[in-house]
Amino acid sequence: MTTQTRRQFLASSAGLVIGVSLPLKGRAQSGAAAVMTTGDAGEGTFAPNAFVRVAPDDTVTFICKHIEFGQGPYTGLATLVADEMDARWDQMRVESAPANDELYKNLFFGLQATGGSTAMANSWMQMRQAGAAARAMLVAAAAEEWGVDAAGITVAQGVVRHEGSGQSATFGDLAEAAARQDVPVEPAVKNPSEFTYIGTDMPKVDSRAKSNGTATFTMDVYRDGMEYVVVRHPDVMGATVAGFDATEAEKVRGVTAVRQIPQGVAVYATSTAAAIKGRNALSVEWDMSAAETRSSAEITAAFREAAQSQGLIVEEAGDSAAAIEGAATVHEAEFTFPYLAHATLEPMDAVLEVREGTAEIWMGAQFPGFDKGAVVQTLGLDPEKVTMNVMFAGGSFGRRAQTVPQIGSEIAEIAKAAGGDGAWKLIWTREDDMTGGFYRPLTVHKLRGGLDADGNIVGWEDRIVNQSIINGTMLDQGNPEDPTAYEGSTKMPYNLPNLTVDWVRMESPVPVLWWRSVGHTHTAYATEVFLDELLEKAGKDAVQGRLDLLKEDAGRDRAVLERVAEMAGWDGNRVKGDRAYGVALHESFSTYCAMIAEVSDDGGTPRVHKVWVAVDCGIAVNPNVIRAQIEGGLGYGLGSALYNALTLGEGGVVQERNFDTYRMLRITEMPEVEVEIIASDADPTGIGEPGTPPIAPAVANAWRALKGEAPRNLPMVS
Amino acid sequence: MATFTVNGKSVTLDVDDDTPLLWALRDELRLTGTKFGCGIAQCGACTVMLDGAPVRSCQTQVGTLDGAEITTIEGLDGPEAEAVQNAWTKIDVPQCGWCQSGQVMAATALLKDTPKPSDADIDNAMWGNVCRCATYVRIRAAIHDAADTLEG
Repeated sequence: MTTQTRRQFLASSAGLVIGVSLPLKGRAQSGAAAVMTTGDAGEGTFAPNAFVRVAPDDTVTFICKHIEFGQGPYTGLATLVADEMDARWDQMRVESAPANDELYKNLFFGLQATGGSTAMANSWMQMRQAGAAARAMLVAAAAEEWGVDAAGITVAQGVVRHEGSGQSATFGDLAEAAARQDVPVEPAVKNPSEFTYIGTDMPKVDSRAKSNGTATFTMDVYRDGMEYVVVRHPDVMGATVAGFDATEAEKVRGVTAVRQIPQGVAVYATSTAAAIKGRNALSVEWDMSAAETRSSAEITAAFREAAQSQGLIVEEAGDSAAAIEGAATVHEAEFTFPYLAHATLEPMDAVLEVREGTAEIWMGAQFPGFDKGAVVQTLGLDPEKVTMNVMFAGGSFGRRAQTVPQIGSEIAEIAKAAGGDGAWKLIWTREDDMTGGFYRPLTVHKLRGGLDADGNIVGWEDRIVNQSIINGTMLDQGNPEDPTAYEGSTKMPYNLPNLTVDWVRMESPVPVLWWRSVGHTHTAYATEVFLDELLEKAGKDAVQGRLDLLKEDAGRDRAVLERVAEMAGWDGNRVKGDRAYGVALHESFSTYCAMIAEVSDDGGTPRVHKVWVAVDCGIAVNPNVIRAQIEGGLGYGLGSALYNALTLGEGGVVQERNFDTYRMLRITEMPEVEVEIIASDADPTGIGEPGTPPIAPAVANAWRALKGEAPRNLPMVS
Repeated sequence: MATFTVNGKSVTLDVDDDTPLLWALRDELRLTGTKFGCGIAQCGACTVMLDGAPVRSCQTQVGTLDGAEITTIEGLDGPEAEAVQNAWTKIDVPQCGWCQSGQVMAATALLKDTPKPSDADIDNAMWGNVCRCATYVRIRAAIHDAADTLEG
């Protein structure tokens, strides 16, 4: 094991960012910190790297570079560190890392970012090495203190021991001495056979605080002298303020100011209630010249028209046109998918405090550097003097991974319009949140398939028509392609020798964004429903037909499909009594997932009774969290497939402004869920999103068995 | 001006009578465990106890509360609450956590009323509480678990 200084380590291109101590201010004031920790970094604290801190009181604090909004990184990544350190689980604490793109970058993306179900996958070796480095330095410290050979030292359950001399010490005892040791460059990590926590159901670190009201989210942050701000946003996407009358708003008790900002008209008040009341009394005129005034029906019609012409070919094999031309049977289908709101239960919000050239931000952001950057830029501040606390977020599902910093910009403009020092809390009401754009893209799929006389699929074509999520944003790399628009319709696991997938890119002022599982939200539905129909036309069983079609190297797809069929007792009978069964298989984010849904007809509406799920996400770090993400992921997908459309009405006005019209899945509609995780020794992959794509096609395929037709236009219930 | 009791303490708030209790609890009393989700009594994130029964604080105006007893998640206690919160932790119900104060309030009220609830009882009591993370499978399991604990 070689050593070098911490700074050299950071500068090295080893791929592991480790080795400088954290900006303490950012940690100490983190809202999550208040919940998750008992003490602050102080005298004698051992901080071997940016992710681990051992205090003299024997607590081990893991600094999590990924935002926690329910998907479990606090627990999952702390598990990696605790395992490699051989710490006790009850001595572990978790804090949120502040915004710092260099120190806390997602190794897959090169900037601090949570998204694409990558938290575990990109951190797998990094956090293990962070824990292993801490352990090695504790061992080195013990060896030095006791004057013994490090090789004779063991560590278990937070105790460092030397059998030969009978010495032992806790991590806390050794913290100060450990801080003086050299940082190992490539600390040896455990063999999987040595894991103590990885692979077991370690209790989640945030469950208690989230069951007793003490977990601190952005909206729960209060600062001295803080003003509460709500903004009157346009009803139509892309409209801007032409003029406003604040006379009545300013009469509302508690309203302190009304100011125009680029996003709309901001009402400042001494309480949230007063700000909302003031906004209700405001009258605003809008400039509609750059607005999207088409309705969803008009946009859908335009997209369907565009689907008549070929777009950019994004995957091609053989000659699909000739194959379908010569096919014995040709099948065609067109599917439409509406805009969808993420509808996080904590709506968008942010807190900003500006004092004498310094600023502090509190926000749940998936790309914290973008939102921090917006504050720096808008207020003309020195980036070194701006701290951003990444807070617990009450759901995100992609909404807080802003490709343009919508919320960071808005809170910055609120501060700029106020001028000078102060503190402000921006709160979006549910209506702001629903009408605020950044939706799952409205999408049309047009598919054609051909079968030969023996029922083999000889040709497959899928044309996807939608807006780009990435092009034109801060993530735009200048590529004509945007895989997030059609991922899942390409690189399918099936043998389809003649295939064409093309993408027709559309434009609209309606901003679109990744929505839990992104392109897979529609591609899984279009491909797995269409395939199910083709297999039936070919006289093949839905499970066996898929298995026969899988490529040689699709072993993990095969395993989850075979497993789920066994779990559900699949026997080829699609209908039993009043229940029908549908299957879907879909890989996303390198995780393989198959589902079978049991569905009945509840007065014309699909009623989903049970869902069996087999999933392969590599090594299952915490099986309990994986099961939870599958349960929640399929519930999220099911509710939207059944009930949700974010509809632009006449003139482009959003129709669904709250949960009375944008219907949430409720406990009465949640199916029983049975999950099996395929044992694997592959590196872990994502789990936050892969549970969402397969549920809608599985339900639709069951529904078709029951009713003869699968829904062509989502949502299923309108 | 209204005077009422919050978690056993008398409070007098100098706010407009039509101020939603939700914002008074949060902004005036800094009891932030009660959450804002929709503002129209459609999601249950703001559930508190009013004289022992669960209500939506976003649709409860402060002016109507003279003499009332309010209990928020911060003041929730008793064997049912303890059993519910322990079950919530044991089964790891919360994901993002935003709705869970309301879920815990509703589940506690259910168990006070119906110590051994059936699935249908749970449906009736919990239908109004949205969980956007869809933790419903675990909410149901945790309520049954809490009921078992209370039964001893």
